[in-house]
Amino acid sequence: MLEIKDLNVHFGVIHALKGISLTVNNGEIVTLIGANGAGKTTTLRTISGLKKATSGQILLDGNDITALSAQDRVKMGMSQVPEGRRVFTDMTVLENLELGAYLRRDRAGIKQDLEMVYDRFPRLADRRRQIAGTLSGGEQQMLAMGRALMSRPKILFLDEPSMGLAPLLVAEIFDIIKEINKSGTTILLVEQNASMALQIANRAYVMETGSIVLSGTGEELAQSDDIKKAYLGG
Amino acid sequence: MEQFMQQVINGLSLGSIYALIALGYTMVYGIIKLINFAHCDVYMIGAYVGYACMTFLHLGLIPSLCISMLACMILGVVIEKVAYKPLRNATRIAALITAIGVSYLLEYGMMYFVKADVRTYPPLEGILSQSFHIGGVTLKAMQILIVAVTVVLMILLQIIVKKTRIGKAMRATSQDQDAAELMGINVNTTISFTFALGSALAGAAGILVGVYYNSIDPLMGFLPGLKAFVAAVFGGIGVIPGAMIGGYFIGIVETFVSGYGSSMYKDAIVFAILIIVLIVKPSGLLGKATREKV
Repeated sequence: MLEIKDLNVHFGVIHALKGISLTVNNGEIVTLIGANGAGKTTTLRTISGLKKATSGQILLDGNDITALSAQDRVKMGMSQVPEGRRVFTDMTVLENLELGAYLRRDRAGIKQDLEMVYDRFPRLADRRRQIAGTLSGGEQQMLAMGRALMSRPKILFLDEPSMGLAPLLVAEIFDIIKEINKSGTTILLVEQNASMALQIANRAYVMETGSIVLSGTGEELAQSDDIKKAYLGG
Repeated sequence: MEQFMQQVINGLSLGSIYALIALGYTMVYGIIKLINFAHCDVYMIGAYVGYACMTFLHLGLIPSLCISMLACMILGVVIEKVAYKPLRNATRIAALITAIGVSYLLEYGMMYFVKADVRTYPPLEGILSQSFHIGGVTLKAMQILIVAVTVVLMILLQIIVKKTRIGKAMRATSQDQDAAELMGINVNTTISFTFALGSALAGAAGILVGVYYNSIDPLMGFLPGLKAFVAAVFGGIGVIPGAMIGGYFIGIVETFVSGYGSSMYKDAIVFAILIIVLIVKPSGLLGKATREKV
C-alpha cells in the first residue's frame, strides 16, 4: 500500500533522513521504533506532506505522491494522528471531529462515521460539547485518533500515541489501535514504547540517526538481543 | 446627562470605525501572527475607492460601499500574496518590517496618484443628511447608518467564522497550522480568505469615515490604524469579539476625553491605555495567556 524509496530529508544543512526505504502492506500494522531524535517523526511528517523531501519517492498504491500537497494526500486516503495529539484546543470535541471530515461532502456518511467514533470512544460521546482543551491527555489522544478516522483513511499514521499517558491508558489505546486495524485500516505506528509497539505489530523497522538499521517481524525484533538491550530495558 | 448621551452616541459611531479596522488586525494576527501595518492603508484606499464611486460615478452609498469592500478585498489578497507569503517561513521581524514597507508604499503611492490634497466627499442628500433631535441630544442619520452597517457586518462575520466550512478552516488554521493541514485544509487559501475578510471590513470603514467626516487624504489611515491596533490589543489580539469590544471602548473613551476634558489629550489617552494594557494584562481583555509550546 505504502512504499518509501530512498527518502532523503534535510533541515537546512542537517541531513535528517538518510535514504530510508520502507513498505507497509495492505492490512498490516507496521511500527517504526527508535530513540528520540532518530527521525521517526520527520519520516511521518514527510509522508503526510508537512515536510518536503529532498529526494526519494513516496508511493501510495503505486502512485507517486512525493510532490503532492498535504491536502491531496488526505484526499487519497492518508490520515495522521500527530505527535502530541495537536487537537484544536479552543473547539469542542464535535467540532474537532467534524474538521477530521473536512474534505468530505457526504453528510450521511459523516454522520455514520461520527457514530462509529463515538462507539469506539464512548468517553468522547459524553463530552461532545466540551472544549477539547479541557480534556485529559488520554481523552485528547482518543479525540486525535477519532478525528483522524473521520476522513475514512485507508492508511492511518500514529505518532507516539502512548506519549505522556498512564500505563493503563496506554494499554487501552493499543487495544483500540488493534481494533481499528481489524476493521480494515492499515496502520503505521511510530513509537518510543518499543515493547508495546512490537507486541501488536506485524512488522517493524528500527531507526537510528536518520537511517533504518534493522527490520523484521514484530516477534523477531522483540526477541532480538540488540533490541532488548537498546530499547526494551534488558 | 444630555452631554453624556451625546458623547455615547458619538463614541459608538467612532467606535464602529475602530472596531471594523481592528477586526482585520486581529484576524490576520490570529492566523499568521503578523501585525499587518499596511492594514490601515487598505482602509485609506477603501475611502478613495468610495470617493471615486460617489464623485465620478455618482453611485449611491450602498453600491459604493460594496464596490469599496470588494476592491479592498482584492487589494488585501494581493498584498498577502506578493509581500507576506514569500516570507511565511522567515522570521517574524522580517514580515513585520515588510508590513511597514507595504504601508509606506501604499501611502506614498497614493500620494503620487491622487496628490496629497485633502478631498471632500460629495454632500449627502435626502434622509442621510438629516439629524434628529431627541431632548437635547443630536442623532445624525449617518451615525445610525455607521452603527447599523457595522453591526450587520459583524453579524455576518460571526456567521462566516462560526458556521461555514471556510470559517472553521480559519479557526483551525489559527489554532494549529500543521494540524489544520493534516485535516486537508488548504492553509494558503484560508490565509488569503482571512486577508480578504479583514480588508473588506477596512474598506467599509474607509468609505463610512469618508462620508461621515467628509474629508480624506493619503495619510488618513495612520492614526485611526494605530488606534484600531490599540483596540485589538485591548480586546486581546487574535480574538474576534475582543476587537469588537476594544473598538467600541476606544471610540467611547476618545469621545469622552474630547467632550469632558480636552480634545488635545484624546490621542494621548488612547496610547496611555495601550501602555496600561501591556503592563497589566498583555494578553488583553478576552485573550488567554498563551504558553510557548515546547
